[in-house]
Amino acid sequence: MDKVRLQREAAFIRSSLLDQGYLDEQFIQLEELQDNDNPNFVEEVVTLFYTDSARLIYNIDQALLSNPTDFTKLDDYMHQFKGSCSSIGAKKVKNECNGFGEYCEVQNYDGCFRTFQQIKQEYITLKKKLETYFQLLKEAAQIK
Amino acid sequence: MGLAAESQFHVLAVDDSLIDRMLIERLLKTSSFHVTAVDSGSKALKFLGLVEEEQRNEEPSFVAQKTHNQDVDVNLIITDYCMPEMTGYDLLRKIKESKSLKDIPVVIMSSENVPSRINRCLEEGAEEFFLKPVQQSDVNKLRPHLLKSKVKEVGEEDQLINLSRKDINEILA
Repeated sequence: MDKVRLQREAAFIRSSLLDQGYLDEQFIQLEELQDNDNPNFVEEVVTLFYTDSARLIYNIDQALLSNPTDFTKLDDYMHQFKGSCSSIGAKKVKNECNGFGEYCEVQNYDGCFRTFQQIKQEYITLKKKLETYFQLLKEAAQIK
Repeated sequence: MGLAAESQFHVLAVDDSLIDRMLIERLLKTSSFHVTAVDSGSKALKFLGLVEEEQRNEEPSFVAQKTHNQDVDVNLIITDYCMPEMTGYDLLRKIKESKSLKDIPVVIMSSENVPSRINRCLEEGAEEFFLKPVQQSDVNKLRPHLLKSKVKEVGEEDQLINLSRKDINEILA
């Protein structure tokens, strides 16, 4: 496969993610922290985000299954999750989290539950797009 | 040779979030700081040698006077506000209450913009309050606070206080 074409495809995905609001300025900040000494910094942070937040997602799922619902715990987990989203520039996911917080505050279980399904959807969508993006970059880098 | 060597500034970063620890560490290293990152206030205090203060038998030495723990020389502490068990505010207070640590500048980070929280921290002695996600421009604001504390040390009677263990080893070599 052509190196330039792979890089172009990757660049296109990146632009789309930024234009469509999946990612924000913070992602660009991460890119700026990448250099020759830390050439995979962005991918490392993103990978860490997905492994670390999987734990939080599990906790939230469990908390939503518990009866009675512990809204304080839910809010706490979501706060941590939202923080991580913010740190990598996952804009859409982060914004969905705001909705969750509002439902939590008024202890609206259905609202929390529904919103969380949306959050997970956005989370997975972004994950797939980023995986493709990094895969393309990797393939391009392997070509001389 | 090594007498007035400008050794790297050492920053202690405290944050329970793995992602944020990774981020702050990278940001600080980009600015040429030496970084130690811990995930809780209690670990931070342990690292600073504060917990063992009562048991410690203070023996005179080149670095014991300014730095409590002879092996640790921290020039700035940057901590997250929201942490389980011990918040960044609690940590700040404990540091400011400590005779040996109170002069170390402390910076607080938080994902939430709560004016009362910010004011409380600044009143308690925090130098700066950064909103997360922390940016390079925020980290650039740290230098003046660091230089301030180093200059203060140089003004002390015993100039040897400013030396790190590395410097002393060089002299003795």
